[in-house]
Amino acid sequence: MIDQLINHLVWPIVYILCITIPLILAVAMFVYWERKVIGWMHVRMGPNKIGPFGLLQAFADVVKLLIKEVILPTTANRFLYYLAPLLTLVPALAAWAVVPFSSKMVLSNANAGVLYLLAMTSMGVYGIILAGWASNSRYALLGAMRSAAQVISYELAMGLCLVCVLVLAGSLNLTDIVNAQAGHKGILDWFWLPLLPVFVIYFISGVAETNRAPFDVAEGESEIVAGFHVEYSGSAFAIFFLAEYANMILVSFLAAVLFMGGWLSPFPSSWGFIGQGGFPWLLIKAFLFSFLFLWFRASFPRYRYDQIMRLGWKVFIPIAIVWVLVAGCLKYFGWVTIGTGV
Amino acid sequence: MNPQLFQLICFYGFGFITVVAALSVITLKNTVHAVLSLVLTFFSMACLWMLADAEFLALALIVVYVGAVMVLFLFVVMMLDIDQEKIREGFVKFLPIGLIVAVAMLVEMLGLIGVKAMHAQVMGPDPAAAAGVSNTAWLGQALYTKYLLPFEVAALILTVGVVAAVALTLRQRVGVRHESANEQVRVNPRDRIRIVKMDAVRPAQPTPVPPQEPSS
Repeated sequence: MIDQLINHLVWPIVYILCITIPLILAVAMFVYWERKVIGWMHVRMGPNKIGPFGLLQAFADVVKLLIKEVILPTTANRFLYYLAPLLTLVPALAAWAVVPFSSKMVLSNANAGVLYLLAMTSMGVYGIILAGWASNSRYALLGAMRSAAQVISYELAMGLCLVCVLVLAGSLNLTDIVNAQAGHKGILDWFWLPLLPVFVIYFISGVAETNRAPFDVAEGESEIVAGFHVEYSGSAFAIFFLAEYANMILVSFLAAVLFMGGWLSPFPSSWGFIGQGGFPWLLIKAFLFSFLFLWFRASFPRYRYDQIMRLGWKVFIPIAIVWVLVAGCLKYFGWVTIGTGV
Repeated sequence: MNPQLFQLICFYGFGFITVVAALSVITLKNTVHAVLSLVLTFFSMACLWMLADAEFLALALIVVYVGAVMVLFLFVVMMLDIDQEKIREGFVKFLPIGLIVAVAMLVEMLGLIGVKAMHAQVMGPDPAAAAGVSNTAWLGQALYTKYLLPFEVAALILTVGVVAAVALTLRQRVGVRHESANEQVRVNPRDRIRIVKMDAVRPAQPTPVPPQEPSS
């Protein structure tokens, strides 16, 4: 009985903490990195006062947010108002259960991993919509509306991109998807090459799904103040913040896992030490993708709302549908050796 | 604790939540709360299917219904300004009819269950487990080989439904202005602005005005 309890309850919780605690720390450092990078791109210093090189800035901000008062707007729906941040955070953290960190390091090696990911990311939108509705504010409601329409539109394009990967890999299991990209040629074996347009669409859809610049109309501080979380303060706001950044890091990891060979090394396997796969490679790739998020934010002006919709429905979805056909042909006629491990 | 007992407890737990959530969909006064109960119903239903090893069906239910359909539902309900009292009036008025329909459906379902029980069809072993592949892989194989024609026909019917829905709601109005992204991209700057070249000439320096004596 005790053995079972330890095996089925204590160890999973320990594993879950092993993922979530580094993730939360990564979010804190990522916020610091974002402010630094944007600072450099704006030719200014960024945070540099608290701790060495300003490294403790993020933690100071966390403490500040946690000790602030949480304000409930008048005639807001109390239950949903407090539920909404949790509904955003839970799917954002739950999705990490199926992400493979290396060939053996995965919390749940689920067979339908990709479907589970889609399910979790699509649930996150509830938190945003409810936050907008429950806070009884016009700006918040407008932000929620925009966000809901945008997330649903880009989820379709994202789903079609995933279909292409599934066709080539022949599995819904993320570990199998990475293993299907293994080969002797290193970087040339990965899915980004035969699926290049889909890879680009996937990443841009990921930026749109996480409501980041240049698709951040849900927040649009110059138009609707801060969108869905305008009425939130203190720790409730901190949870939204945490969920948004956890989602960004998740999209970066997934782009690496699905298209860039996960933990595999970009060099040919005959190159000895650096040709071997391992967790650091995944970390480097995910870091590069998450850097793109910051680069986009510092470089591009915000899209107009109708342009976002046009891009999603009239550009991305048709290209992705055509590429599903192409991927099918690639697999059926054997035009590429990717996915066969040769 | 043996796993089967635990599975049974989970089944009844999820089933209880499903039933309670489904009941609250029709009893809650606030429409947004009702929609959220419907979401909870779908979600716990998906958990039930997951218990039955139908992982693809469960996750598809969450992706399609919870992730997309219900979001649009919520979208619409949040926009509506519903007078709760009027709806309540209808509830009491139509309650007898609703009860009659519900009782009729219950009798029909019980009859059907009875007939099925008489046939006593025992379900065979799980085909996916028998084939040694995951539920999703087996479903994909079956749909695209054995049941290809019905599957494609269903897809065609759905497509027809989509086209019909668009055709029914699309109204061509005259005098509507549209943006054409193609035209916007193709436009030539020279058609819109005229660039004038001018010599760099220093403007004439204004002669300094001598300060006037304040007139007294």
